Amino acid sequence: MTQADATVRVSFTVNGSPHDLDLPPRRLLSDALRHDLRLTGTHVGCEHGVCGACTVLVDGLPMRSCLLFAVSLDGSAITTIEGCCSSDGGMGPVQQAFHECHALQCGFCTPGFVTTVTAYLETNPAPTAEEAREAISGNLCRCTGYQNIVAAVCRAAELLAPASPGETVAPSQTGGADS
Amino acid sequence: MFGERVPRVEDGRLLTGNGRFLDDLGHDALEAAFVRSPHAHARIVDIDVTDALDIDGLVAIYTYEDLDGRTGEPLPLLIPHPTLTHGRTPYALALDEVNHVGEAVVMAVATSRYVAEDVCDRIRVEYDVLPAVVGVEAARTADHLVHDDVPGNVAALMVQQTGDAEAAVDAAPHRLELDLAIERSASMPLEGRGVLARWDADDRSLLVHTSTQTSTSVRQAIAAKLSLPVDRVEVVTPDVGGGFGVKIVHPWPEEVLVPWAARRLDRPVKWTEDRREHFVASAHERGQLHHVRVGYDDEGRLLGLSVRFWHDNGAYTPYGLIVPIITSTQLLGPYKPGVYRVEFTSLYTNTVMVTPYRGAGRPQGCFVMERVMDAIAADLGLDRTVVRERNFIGPEEMPYDHGLLFQDGRPLVYDSGDFPATLAKLKRLVGWDEFDALRQQARAEGRRVGIGLACYVEGTGVGPYEGGHVRVETDGTVVVSTGLTSQGQGHRTMLAQIVADELGVPMDRIEVTTGDTRRFKYAVGTFASRTAVMSGSAVAMTARKVREKALAIAAQALEASVDDLEIVDGQVQVRGSGAGAASRIDLGAVAVLSNPLRYAFDDAAARATQFAAPADPDLPPVGPGEAPGLEGTDYYSPPRSTFANGMHAVVVETDPDTAEVRILRYCVVHDCGTLINPMIVEGQIHGGVAQGVGGALYERMEYDADGQLLNASFMDFLMPYASEVPHVEIDHLVTPSPLNPLGVKGAGEAGVIPGSAAIASAIEDAEGIVITRMPLSPSELFELRRVHAERTEAPA
Repeated sequence: MTQADATVRVSFTVNGSPHDLDLPPRRLLSDALRHDLRLTGTHVGCEHGVCGACTVLVDGLPMRSCLLFAVSLDGSAITTIEGCCSSDGGMGPVQQAFHECHALQCGFCTPGFVTTVTAYLETNPAPTAEEAREAISGNLCRCTGYQNIVAAVCRAAELLAPASPGETVAPSQTGGADS
Repeated sequence: MFGERVPRVEDGRLLTGNGRFLDDLGHDALEAAFVRSPHAHARIVDIDVTDALDIDGLVAIYTYEDLDGRTGEPLPLLIPHPTLTHGRTPYALALDEVNHVGEAVVMAVATSRYVAEDVCDRIRVEYDVLPAVVGVEAARTADHLVHDDVPGNVAALMVQQTGDAEAAVDAAPHRLELDLAIERSASMPLEGRGVLARWDADDRSLLVHTSTQTSTSVRQAIAAKLSLPVDRVEVVTPDVGGGFGVKIVHPWPEEVLVPWAARRLDRPVKWTEDRREHFVASAHERGQLHHVRVGYDDEGRLLGLSVRFWHDNGAYTPYGLIVPIITSTQLLGPYKPGVYRVEFTSLYTNTVMVTPYRGAGRPQGCFVMERVMDAIAADLGLDRTVVRERNFIGPEEMPYDHGLLFQDGRPLVYDSGDFPATLAKLKRLVGWDEFDALRQQARAEGRRVGIGLACYVEGTGVGPYEGGHVRVETDGTVVVSTGLTSQGQGHRTMLAQIVADELGVPMDRIEVTTGDTRRFKYAVGTFASRTAVMSGSAVAMTARKVREKALAIAAQALEASVDDLEIVDGQVQVRGSGAGAASRIDLGAVAVLSNPLRYAFDDAAARATQFAAPADPDLPPVGPGEAPGLEGTDYYSPPRSTFANGMHAVVVETDPDTAEVRILRYCVVHDCGTLINPMIVEGQIHGGVAQGVGGALYERMEYDADGQLLNASFMDFLMPYASEVPHVEIDHLVTPSPLNPLGVKGAGEAGVIPGSAAIASAIEDAEGIVITRMPLSPSELFELRRVHAERTEAPA
């Protein structure tokens, strides 16, 4: 009805690109990203903030986009899984680590893990396996049993670490923490 | 590439946000939502849509009365069985009666899901509430009936036996009786179900995307329901966010209704299941009660085993008796049961229907058999591994015929396995023989630790068949397709590895498609750990045919003998020729030569026109029995299933105060025959173990007596997070299957099967309290301790 259809102007950046959207106040950020901006890499697994598949970074912090109204994000900088790629559109370091470690199967929960891990490694660049496990323990995965995701967090930390002299990172890794 | 830990070709898209799951498609589509029954059992008195009609964006509201033709008939009973005497299936939209909370009553179609849900909120359905039947006990007591015309709530009563087991038990020197129970859980993929349908009125054709485990059968079912010629319907499986069994069921009400509405409205229509819908409107599994009588000799060898169990099949039985039949046959595991009798009753309840969830009845059977083994060991004061060893089928006894019929209607004959060797590996891996010292040491520190184990055999790779198609394009790309579907298992990588080896082409030149009926029409589906066995074999056989054809054409072009040719890196070359340009031809060029042309539409085609290619003017360009194109199709159809096996050992610590169970170690020895990609196999085991841990300690569907599912959300239904899943240690034993060209056995479900059994065994060891029900929560263990203490402290 009219109440539901009335729109509000909201402006935010997504992966560095500015967007001005006229959205109904009840439009969830997850739906705005997926269906208005067609950035379908962000997935919705439970619609109540438990599974973490919809996790995006808002001003660098991981947040559940299924629990946020898009209009509440005015002025924010949002990073989605698409924004975790390398500058050439290929895999960024966290994504590369997930690939190397077979840390995904169906890939549905994966974007939420990658965004979560990306933010986590900013705060703890060299986690132990135990810390890595703790870091991902707010996201649900039904395929992998988490074993290789834990390994991928540690591997991503390696890939992100500034290479010390004589140390090779990964053959396919072009370097840089600039996801 | 076969046998190597090849990184997955699927990952790049999925990791960069470029996957295409169902709800990522159809941005132009109308969206559907459903009014679902809030009652477990009720008659529908009236449906009033008046208040919804003025909502902007409403397109259509449908109830049962709108369903025309065959859409108004009950949904199909997919797997009939002679003993399923009272099979019942739902209507796409409820007719007069609802039989579980969540059953679809009204469909609303609108310009967005938000509006469609607004519409549903305004629709008033008046119900006459009936008594609900919830749980096995209520179903078999049958004070109330789920379906008026199903006496005793009994869908089926089935017996299989190899002789007079009761007499064998009675005559045995030792006897035990056990009552055992397993609760309901569910597949619970992170992506729910979803359907998108596009009707092309000009072409009179339907294109359906659905998050399914069987696109070919959905296609047939939609064509039948909508009375369309099958060739007017195509079904494509996009990326699927997990299945674990639940998505093998078809056609779901929504898989009929969404295409039906799209045709009726002549507009694309999409429905994406939300999480609550998935809890109350898809399918669950596991819930069974077992009563076991077992007789054995002084050594612990089984002489007779008689099992009666009651299977809660929920409100409907579209998937037949597959789950209880698997329980009744796979219960035997790696053991010789002596004389065996199994009787099961499949019972209706006013709950979500029950269909296979990863493991498909095996976790229950394994739990029962392994509890029996532990009970015998306790009774005779024997080591638990010793009792198991004494009952193992020996490797020299393979193939071993149990004298029963398996879920595919074929004899239950184990093809391979070396159970003593598997157990020996497991004992070494977990340190079984050294554990007693650790237990004593922990006791001295006031800690309770225990070790447990469980063994299983898993029938995998059931028929009837799968097929493969392989085509070499003129640019040398190899396109491969198979009809079954993928839900994250890495099928594309695994199948590409097989083709890379068979055809001698690099992985990056191979493109694999699964689950797209436009590409491959004949298939069964993805279930029963069957893809590597069935499609793997079919694709290997197909690639061999294409290789043969390529060599024949290349031999002519190179004026060489077929026997002297090899394919290396996509080039057919004369062996040992040093691969000079004159003695080799790339597969793309062979593909050009395979298809004689009249028209030169590009450079490659120009090389194949009638004037370019030298040919014998007296022979037809395409000879008798030949076909243009460097391609082939073949099918693999095995006589019966392959049988994978494995054994798990678990070390747990239980908190003396809180009764919390912590898993200290989880060890797996796994035999799925030849490994195509160990990385992928281990990933499958990891995921299965996590689901096994969930089923053992956390997951249960909490229905109240009225049939309300109290924990229908991820907040309340406790699936394990990383913090609940232990590190998993894996070792492999390889006993190749003699039944297929690759020697493979299925690996998809294995990890989950012995979870509850092994963890129960370990908790029992830590606590000294007999465990008879799983899952086991801390509060339940706390209660068991209390009762146990009462019994032991106050003897009569």
